[in-house]
Amino acid sequence: MPKLPQPEQSGTIQIMLDGKPIAVEQGSTVAVAIAIASLPCRTSVTGQPRGPLCAMGICFECRAAINGIAHRRTCQVLCEPGMDILTQ
Amino acid sequence: MTQHFQTLVVGAGPAGIAAATCAAEAGSRVALIDDNLEPGGQIWRASRGKPGPDTSHGGGAAQWRKRLLASSVTRLQGWSVFDQPEPQTLRAEREATAANFSYDQLILATGARERFLPFPGWTLPNVMGVGAIQAMVKAGLPIRGKRVVLAGSGPLLLAVAATLHDAGAIVVCIAEQASLASLAAFSVSLAIDPAKLLQGLRYKAVTLGVPFHTGSWPLQARGTERVTSVVLSIHGRAEEIPCDYLACAFHIVPNIELPSLLGCRIEQGFVAVDDLQRTSVSNILCAGEPTGIGGLEMSLVEGEIAGLAAAGQFARAKRLVPKKRAMSGFATRLARAFALRPELKDLATDGTIVCRCEDVACGALRHHPTWRAAKLHTRCGMGPCQGRICGSAASFLLGWNADSVRPPMLPTFVSSLASAEKEALP
Repeated sequence: MPKLPQPEQSGTIQIMLDGKPIAVEQGSTVAVAIAIASLPCRTSVTGQPRGPLCAMGICFECRAAINGIAHRRTCQVLCEPGMDILTQ
Repeated sequence: MTQHFQTLVVGAGPAGIAAATCAAEAGSRVALIDDNLEPGGQIWRASRGKPGPDTSHGGGAAQWRKRLLASSVTRLQGWSVFDQPEPQTLRAEREATAANFSYDQLILATGARERFLPFPGWTLPNVMGVGAIQAMVKAGLPIRGKRVVLAGSGPLLLAVAATLHDAGAIVVCIAEQASLASLAAFSVSLAIDPAKLLQGLRYKAVTLGVPFHTGSWPLQARGTERVTSVVLSIHGRAEEIPCDYLACAFHIVPNIELPSLLGCRIEQGFVAVDDLQRTSVSNILCAGEPTGIGGLEMSLVEGEIAGLAAAGQFARAKRLVPKKRAMSGFATRLARAFALRPELKDLATDGTIVCRCEDVACGALRHHPTWRAAKLHTRCGMGPCQGRICGSAASFLLGWNADSVRPPMLPTFVSSLASAEKEALP
């Protein structure tokens, strides 16, 4: 995993989202980070953009790849410094 | 690897917390397993950066948390149960690791989820559940200054309106599909109840200055990359309202997949239990919303009863039964007040997606006779959520009953399944 710059202010952490560094508040879920970046989490089988529906780990609409593991439910995962997220 | 507990509780919402705490306090060796990162379930979900549960919904959230933390309960957060590899054993996964948990007594407190009904545009990003937007805001979603329309049905609409308002959102309006008459009847019936839920919340809506429309529902969400407006039917008149978020869900439905997988008898969509929360399967108890949508106070007392019964404290458990019975009318009245109106069946057009995992439209489903036939021909309900979202929609729209539940209950890492087989070898 590439070394990332230290957080500029306390309480925020840096993550990589689709190859770009972004800062999020500590304690935010990955689903929130993706929403802040105005990105869909995934593209559906017919090509539609999708984001979280249930936000409690049931609908699987928020899934994305985290640190190389695909199909993680991003609403159930907290952001960690240096985390590498790829929307799918 | 298998860990053994005298009492295993699945689900760390109010019912599960009460069950685990009471069982442990009565001397049982207890584990509480839950797929969220923190105990509290949905209603007591903590906010980012704020330690402790959400106390705004009451029920003694802070006190219960304190009791749980002071007890000997082993807390297993972030674990999703997906299979029963052998009798009296559950298998669960956390990230990419899996483990078995065996038990003498099992208490299922799997809670409920929001019911979603398809309407054109409901798949657009930023259209989400009512509890969902609250969970997202608690998880850090910046909502200050954002325009939110709340729609659907159930007491949660008003509770979430208050949360969003406090977080700085512009709650444009609330559209409740139930009629004013049925809500009024419900409010009156609450006067004799301990929890004067709706009455208090309607006051809240008025003090928030948020228009609260009864007999109103969403017809269409509009936008391309994300929702930009919603067309509501307000007292029979269509009105387009610009918004940044549409939070829409139609009350809640119980999570009965695990009880079904374990063979517990289901009656009219809920897990059948006796006075002491025992299901039809010996050594398996069930508490909270899976036994009937009765709300927070009911879930707590059911959890207490189940915990005491699992620990063998039958006399103490029995003493709580009258308290539970006194609340049982609430569930019936709640269901009646927020019953879905038939007009909602016509919201989905032939082109409206019902199954979001496999993008199966309503038109492709209508000519199939059963849920199973539709699944086999269209893949409806066969994606990652395994029909948890479209199943309740299809049940309302087409009157279909859900299929039997088969393991794994959730999409699971192959390694989790593979290691189970390896362990099974002598």
